[in-house]
Amino acid sequence: MDLQASVAAADMTSQDRRVNAIAFAIMVALIAIAPFFAYPFFVMQAMCFALFACAFNLLIGYANLLSLGHAMFFGIASYVCAHGAKVWGLEPVSAIAVGVAASAALGFVTGALAIRSAGIYFAMITVAFSQMVFFFCVEAPFTHGEDGIQAVPQGRALGFIDLSNPWILYCFVAAVFLFGFLVVQRAVNSPFGEILKAIRENEPRAVSLGYRALQYKLAAFVLSAVIAGLAGATKALVVQNASLTDVSFSTSGEVVLMTLVGGMGTFYGPVVGALIVIAMQNYLAQFGEWVTVIQGVVFVACVLAFRRGIVGELAARAKVSL
Amino acid sequence: MNIFGHMISMPQLYGQLLIGLINGSFYALLSLGLAVIFGMLTIVNFAHGAFYMMGAFAAYFLLQYAGLNYWFALILAPLIVGAIGAIVERLFLKRLAGFDPLYSLLLTFGLALIIQGLFQNYYGASGMPYAIPKQLSGAYNLGFMFLPVYRGWVILASAVVCFATWLIIEKTRLGAYLRAATENPTMVRAFGINVPRMVTLTYGFGVALAAFAGVLAAPINQVRPGMGADIIAVVFAVVVIGGMGSILGSIVTGFVLGVVEGLTKVFYPEASNTVVFVIMAIVLLIRPTGLFGRAA
Repeated sequence: MDLQASVAAADMTSQDRRVNAIAFAIMVALIAIAPFFAYPFFVMQAMCFALFACAFNLLIGYANLLSLGHAMFFGIASYVCAHGAKVWGLEPVSAIAVGVAASAALGFVTGALAIRSAGIYFAMITVAFSQMVFFFCVEAPFTHGEDGIQAVPQGRALGFIDLSNPWILYCFVAAVFLFGFLVVQRAVNSPFGEILKAIRENEPRAVSLGYRALQYKLAAFVLSAVIAGLAGATKALVVQNASLTDVSFSTSGEVVLMTLVGGMGTFYGPVVGALIVIAMQNYLAQFGEWVTVIQGVVFVACVLAFRRGIVGELAARAKVSL
Repeated sequence: MNIFGHMISMPQLYGQLLIGLINGSFYALLSLGLAVIFGMLTIVNFAHGAFYMMGAFAAYFLLQYAGLNYWFALILAPLIVGAIGAIVERLFLKRLAGFDPLYSLLLTFGLALIIQGLFQNYYGASGMPYAIPKQLSGAYNLGFMFLPVYRGWVILASAVVCFATWLIIEKTRLGAYLRAATENPTMVRAFGINVPRMVTLTYGFGVALAAFAGVLAAPINQVRPGMGADIIAVVFAVVVIGGMGSILGSIVTGFVLGVVEGLTKVFYPEASNTVVFVIMAIVLLIRPTGLFGRAA
């Protein structure tokens, strides 16, 4: 696709804006009523993973960069936030901030090395880096190895919001999720996002127009790491622990699956996908390793026959962008 | 010898060097398989670790249920697993030929989950022993150390198979067809060569190399469902360091990095798990296309 066409196609029409406003209102309404119908702990967990998937989607959906090691950002922020809250005695918002700072720093270093390669090379490099971070977390003393960091205090956010109250915690997590979601949406719809999409469609042309493609990709990578870190740090406060699972390869795979099922390159796809995958894990937990097999089958089926995902398919049928 | 505050004994040094060479043999075979597949299909086979594990399990099944010993397994396991690979290519990967290679990567990723999940279901996470064949038990006394015969055999067998693969691809007529089809498949098809069949067989061959490594590993590392997932990230790092374009590069890098890892275990054990990834970061900084790779 040529550059002008791609930018024009990516522009939201007034109809798209209306549809998006309605979709957002529905999502907020669902979050508001969900705790009356579902187990609130489950909804909070789903929101954390949905935000994580939105961060991953920012790269694959709008920059065509497939990161297969995104758990490193989610996990490192989870560990640092848990350590900050428990050992340094930080209040929750500061603990989340330190966690996010750690994932931003990690995102900058790994991103600077990885974005010079594209496609499958990029994917392999992210796998290797996340494995390195995993081994670091196994060895480093503050992560407590196999035990992880347990009994993380929830504390009082900013000194007066008592997060040990489950209803207040729910509102807090919902606020973090909606904030992160809107940041991703804003970034994609901004001039920065348009240039990112232009680079995705035709990198040499974007470069010849004077855009520094590498810097834009690095910025997208760091932003994605930051949002993934925000999700991971919040998750540490919700489930009150940080463990090797957060930084493991299977978590990296799950976030890919969520985005693929929901629809890559759509705003609401990762959210829907995260809900489905988390629900699948919860309801199928009694089947043990069969969950892994089912996840694999869903992967293969999506790639072969359902590449647009649920939201992508709906949006294509209705001819709107969601 | 005293380096970095560690007291190093020579037997320990030789021992780790040997373990490094053994791991290097597996890295070389696996990254060679990935390179062969990449050269022909331009995809990364994420299921490579799973096929390596299947090779070890095939050896175990052949012994357990068919009474066929190690030597039969060494031939049959790669054939069986390679045939499964060829079927996977025909059934699934072929359908994704016109799409972004990232989709094939995701497909093989899903396959790896299925295979590993299935084996974990039936065999749990623990390992099953596989005895060293009696012809290869015992050890040589090399004067400065004892070399277990089986370990020497693994290094030798891996080196021979790697070299033979390189020879086939670079020096034979079949290899010339392969290389030509990599450059321009349409033109090669116009000459009357069945390129789709060649693609299927190439994928099967790459998978067979992984299974061969799995059989070699069975007596050393036990037969475990998780053995493939443990090694695949390191193999990816090896491929990135060596550069995807080069057959010889992937072999050399595999052996060298195995040795480097072994030496790190002696001099700075805390970093032995991460040293390969650190080297990858340095190589990416200096030569983003890898040591032996060509610029894209």
